[in-house]
Amino acid sequence: MLELVWLIPAFPLFGFLTLLLAGRKLGEPFAGLFATAMVGASFVVSALIYFDLLGMDEAERSHTETLFSWVPVGDLQIDMAFLVDPLSIVMCLFVTGIGALIHLYSIGYMHGDPKFSKFFLYLNLFILSMTLLVLGSNLLVTFLGWEGVGTCSYFLIAFWHTKDANATAGKKAFVTNRIGDFGFMLAMFLAFGAVGSLDYAVINDSALAGTLTVATATGIGALLFVGAVGKSAQLPLYVWLPDAMAGPTPVSALIHAATMVTAGVYLMVRVNPVLGAAADWVPTTIAWVGALTALFAATIALAQNDIKKVLAYSTVSQLGYMFLAVGTGAYVAAIFHMITHAMFKALLFLGSGSVIHGMHDEQDMRKMGKLFKLMPITASTFIIGWLAIAGVPPFAGFWSKDEILLFAAADSWVLYAIGIVTAILTAFYMTRQVIMTFFGKAHWHDNADDHEAQGDFKPHESPPFMVLPLIVLAGLSIVGGLVQLPSVGIIPSEWQHKLLDWLHPIVEFGPSAEERGIGEAIIVGTTADDLQIPLMFVAIGCALLGIVVGWLVYQKRKIKAFEPELLRDGWHYDDAISWFMGNPGRAAFQEIADEDQKVIDGAVNGVATVVRVSAGEARKGQTGYVRQYAGVIGIGVVLLLGWFVVIRGIL
Amino acid sequence: MNVLAQADTLPISEPEIWWFALSPLLTLVGGALLLMVVGALTPQWPRGLYAFVSAMIGGAAGVLAIFNWDDISDNGPATLVGGALAFDTFAMWSTIVISGAVVLVSMLADEYIRDTPNDGPEIYALLLVAAAGGIVMASANDLIVLFLGLETLSLAFYVLAASNRRSDASAESGLKYFLLGGFASAFFLYGIALVYGATGSTNIGEMVTSLANRGDSGNDVLALAGIALLLVGLGFKIAAAPFHVWTPDVYQGAPTPITAFMASAGKAAAFGALIRVLISGLPSFRDDWQPIIWVLAVASLVVGSFLAVVQRNVKRMLAYSSVSHAGFILVGVEAAAHTAGEADGGMGISSVQLYLLLYSVIVIGSFGVVALVAREADADLSVFDGLAKRKPLLAGAFTIFLLAQAGVPFTTGFIAKFGVIQAGVDAESYGLAIIAMVTAVIAAFVYLRIMVAMWQKDVEDDAPAITVPVSAAIAIGFAAVFTLVAGLYPSLLIDWSDAITLVR
Repeated sequence: MLELVWLIPAFPLFGFLTLLLAGRKLGEPFAGLFATAMVGASFVVSALIYFDLLGMDEAERSHTETLFSWVPVGDLQIDMAFLVDPLSIVMCLFVTGIGALIHLYSIGYMHGDPKFSKFFLYLNLFILSMTLLVLGSNLLVTFLGWEGVGTCSYFLIAFWHTKDANATAGKKAFVTNRIGDFGFMLAMFLAFGAVGSLDYAVINDSALAGTLTVATATGIGALLFVGAVGKSAQLPLYVWLPDAMAGPTPVSALIHAATMVTAGVYLMVRVNPVLGAAADWVPTTIAWVGALTALFAATIALAQNDIKKVLAYSTVSQLGYMFLAVGTGAYVAAIFHMITHAMFKALLFLGSGSVIHGMHDEQDMRKMGKLFKLMPITASTFIIGWLAIAGVPPFAGFWSKDEILLFAAADSWVLYAIGIVTAILTAFYMTRQVIMTFFGKAHWHDNADDHEAQGDFKPHESPPFMVLPLIVLAGLSIVGGLVQLPSVGIIPSEWQHKLLDWLHPIVEFGPSAEERGIGEAIIVGTTADDLQIPLMFVAIGCALLGIVVGWLVYQKRKIKAFEPELLRDGWHYDDAISWFMGNPGRAAFQEIADEDQKVIDGAVNGVATVVRVSAGEARKGQTGYVRQYAGVIGIGVVLLLGWFVVIRGIL
Repeated sequence: MNVLAQADTLPISEPEIWWFALSPLLTLVGGALLLMVVGALTPQWPRGLYAFVSAMIGGAAGVLAIFNWDDISDNGPATLVGGALAFDTFAMWSTIVISGAVVLVSMLADEYIRDTPNDGPEIYALLLVAAAGGIVMASANDLIVLFLGLETLSLAFYVLAASNRRSDASAESGLKYFLLGGFASAFFLYGIALVYGATGSTNIGEMVTSLANRGDSGNDVLALAGIALLLVGLGFKIAAAPFHVWTPDVYQGAPTPITAFMASAGKAAAFGALIRVLISGLPSFRDDWQPIIWVLAVASLVVGSFLAVVQRNVKRMLAYSSVSHAGFILVGVEAAAHTAGEADGGMGISSVQLYLLLYSVIVIGSFGVVALVAREADADLSVFDGLAKRKPLLAGAFTIFLLAQAGVPFTTGFIAKFGVIQAGVDAESYGLAIIAMVTAVIAAFVYLRIMVAMWQKDVEDDAPAITVPVSAAIAIGFAAVFTLVAGLYPSLLIDWSDAITLVR
């Protein structure tokens, strides 16, 4: 079965090609159903491979399937090859699984859209790129998928936007992602220079064997982190994500939230031995960037009124948690939170999409309220998502967040404090969102005219295609924590650490793992480990605190709401960047351009006299520019002669 | 030292002419004469026949070069005509690239100049002559011969640039090119004179020997001054900053198919000459000129990519982007410089030649699309608005070329960039490799702008209709398919390019 791994990307590829050629003919809803079936087939293959791996010995659970030799340059052999191991299969399962649900949901959401089949074409292409990204056995194949998801997100951002917003959001996504890509590319060349290969296996092995010098490992780790910062929207490159999500397609928002942005986290976990071999400041930086992003984005989410912007900033914040986990060595916790986050954030995004759909494309929460009775299924599933992200046990988010906080505490109490404050804020702003949307006063009567409603405007529940994925995801958000329960006395030991047992050959391996142990064993002996159960109660307390305060402020109106402009505008960070890019940045470019055409003249005048002689006086009118051009060349001649004759020759 | 001593024993004393080895050159020159003479004697040829004959001649030259390549693989490289020309795989590769460019550009030019006062055999004859000059440049084993090739190519280019008689821009472009080109050629010629003064020969093989045996005589300053001036002339031809100044104006003003030819065949010829002069002829001075190559590479990368961003005219964008591509190719030259004159030449030269081949196809395709879309009008970016809705296939092909220019994986552009950066990393020029990648990121923005215009803007109502003639469609289609297929399976081309060596 493992040899058939190529089927996982092949199905979406086939879907993409078919839709490209015959999408219009298939039309609605067959194009959507077909695309969904393709991703579903990928999910089935992933699941079959997963069971195959389950039946194997731990040591055998890694298989490289080479399709063809891609770039043979000199000593460098890069294959188009897929790596099947527990980590990549876990990623495939949730990318294709949640991806299939998104496809299904989109059939309902995109109903009646003139570009119906095109949308599914992009979605299939996205899933294809994403599976390439996670299955690649070397950095280059991953990079291919990495670029692919970037391109798709660019298309999807542009899908429905108004022209201007589209242009800026697209540009922003492009520029920030290019900065990240640049880090990725440099890391590739550095890795090749150091170990002569781009294969994860070779790079990781040399990091474990100690043949990778600390300096090189530091370089590779830090540069890949730069790539991850761009793709996973961390400080300071997060600006593109909220814009990308604020668009009207909850589905594109969702693929960003649940899958694409986690690519950076995946990459970090994939090369974790390199991070281990790197200088200490690399993991420390990762942890701090993650923690600060988590806090920073959470404060912005406090004051947003767009239902999806809240979720967008919340995604940035939750990704910060994952990087905090990576930086503190809690790789399993990072993947764990990635999985649970994908479940509950997908649920929340699809829920918000359902609300927007029911509200006839209204996204402002101030115009909602009291929707619970009108949209019972959407509301109850959304509430499950809310409890999960707020960190209320026994919902999925509690367990993963708790494990991250535990590792953070073992590393540094300051990081823990940031994490716990973020947790309170998270519970608070999510409570605010739930109350503003589903409870409180109904504000949608006042705005009925805005929606060009015929007769009585009344929000309505969404069609079955949209509701079904909500129910499935709500179920997953309740039980998701089961995959990695902590080692606490009352939980039977065979139920604990399932994910760790599954992943540990990938995330904690090599000789050093024998000494320092795996999973929570790493932090045994720290104060944090001794305080595990009290810390858990602190976390529950914080979640409840956030919820209660939120309830007092927005439902009971006992406390005045605190939503300063500064937070609503995202600390003006975005504006500052746009201003810089729009004004001095643009001006600098323009300045250089003018230099090239005109301003050089001043410097050149002296030389130009000489030049005029050789070029002849004849074409004065024509040579207005030529004179300058010749002047530039003349300067070049003088410089070259200066270098060769004076510096190299005489001196 | 043994290697250099071998140069003495090469069979350069017998002025024997090996006709078959010269056949690609003779075909091109003979073809040019044929077109001119027969074209003048017969009244009006059927439509498209001039272009067809020109393409056939280019194709024949390419095929003959492939036969010669086989011969060289079997019997080893040599020199021809009393040591004037090199007969090696390097020369044949350049011949194939330039001949291929002739074929594709003839197909593009056909419809473009038909029914205009410019239709006739002259344009094609000049294309063939320019190609012959370019091949001489890339296979010259003697500086004087190289200069002859350079002038043959340049004079033909000046006329071609000015060949659109109805356009002021074209005339201006030709004149500017002529004035600046003459300026640069003068430096080059003076450089030859100085090098001759220092070494007593213009033959590259003899130069190497003479320089190797020079000891500590005081002639170095003379030779160094000569190298500086040679670099000015070559820097001008490859359009490396700061000698790039003519490029945007000339590329913009010249008829678009001619621009395509300059950017492909012209670059291949000039880089061939640069490598002949520096790597083959002046390895003993490599510590002196290598830093200059480094500086030229960085300047070209930075200037080309930054200035491309602020252009509004697509031809100017592509012109500046060709400057940045020159910078990339110089990265490969810089890598080759590390091992210049040594037995194991490294990957530099192969990566440069591979780049030139792949880039030629991409750039001809790109300008081919521009020629069709902005035929009458100025090639302002707005002309491309909504192209995807009007001509989806054309927009698709242009997208492929632009992606390739940006170096996106699965296109030949990626393979090309990867090759030179790989060579740079291999030669431990990390700084240069990093700068190249940073500027590639900036340059990518340019290509994106064009793609956005094509795919996401709306069509202007009064936009003139675009017709796609069959011959141009075949040329662009071939270029697009090649860009994708060779990007997916580059191994064959990479293997061939590995066999590129210089005669010594």
